[in-house]
Amino acid sequence: MARKTPGLNTASSADIAFLLLTFFLLTSSINTEQGIPRRLPPPKDPNVKEEQVDINKRNVLTVRVNFNDAIMVNSEIININELKDVAKNFLANPTNDPDLPMKESKDIEGIGDFAVSKGVISLTNDQSTTYNMYVQVQNELQRAINELRDQTSMNYFGKKYDNLDTALQKSIQKAIPANISEAKSKDYGGN
Amino acid sequence: MARFRKEEKKEVPELNMASMSDIVFMFLFFFMVISNIREASLKVEFKPPQATEIQKLEKKQLVANIYIGAPLNNDENTLPPGKVSVQLNDQTVKQEHLTSDVRDFVGNEKESRTTEDAAKLTFSLKVDHSVQMRYVNIIKEELRNNNALKINYATGKKVDAQRK
Repeated sequence: MARKTPGLNTASSADIAFLLLTFFLLTSSINTEQGIPRRLPPPKDPNVKEEQVDINKRNVLTVRVNFNDAIMVNSEIININELKDVAKNFLANPTNDPDLPMKESKDIEGIGDFAVSKGVISLTNDQSTTYNMYVQVQNELQRAINELRDQTSMNYFGKKYDNLDTALQKSIQKAIPANISEAKSKDYGGN
Repeated sequence: MARFRKEEKKEVPELNMASMSDIVFMFLFFFMVISNIREASLKVEFKPPQATEIQKLEKKQLVANIYIGAPLNNDENTLPPGKVSVQLNDQTVKQEHLTSDVRDFVGNEKESRTTEDAAKLTFSLKVDHSVQMRYVNIIKEELRNNNALKINYATGKKVDAQRK
């Protein structure tokens, strides 16, 4: 006669599983990789002489941040809250102001003829600027670009930029380029 | 008579615990999938600045981290003039070895991936919010010299309602 196998007591397996669970909860972190992506300019070639590119003055918006974290845009001191609107106005140039950047009509796939701004934002930091301020400035500039892209996207496709296909996003990127150039940091004193 | 039979005391049936472990295991797998093991212990202070226009990095495997911040221990290597350490992998960098260390770091990170992935590799700068730009500029310059151009400023998410 075959013997009946006694049922296993499985109550403790829940405890073991809980133990594993707590272990993983403690040793792991939920994916928090996020931030502002940027591209550095390619390394300098020592053989190539640096050319001084002559950019029309009206096409440049100079943003300076000093060691006190104060912001100066084209020789005017402004607050961080105003920076976005200044940058937006500069890049869009809605009234075709002769002091604001020129526009160049380009044929862009999916959009057609679009007046692309030639504006470049030039960002200069002091060596003693805090990283927090640097990120805030980058953030505001990015916000200006993102809002312009959203507007253009709404006008042409009736959708927000984030909800577009990759191909259409590329078109918008061509229409509203993110031209932020970083000058070498200066040391104006301070600590 | 049956009607007036003395009522027996009812016993609470024992709960079957077998399925509970299944549920907990399900939790376990869920957390294992969505999380990643911390690869290095932090040697520097890192409190990210807050920003609104942030993007999530797509793939965890395509990110290499560089930490910059005030050292947590007094005996860590720092870069003068202030007390700021740069952490690559699990070590803080000595000032005199900075150039070679960054070069090795970039080289190792690229080598440990396939050629295809190496092109997409992003260097995430995890910089404490109070650090001065001079240290970040040094690292950026080194990365640039080593052709590691895709970078990311790691930030936290600022709640939009707080803005004015």
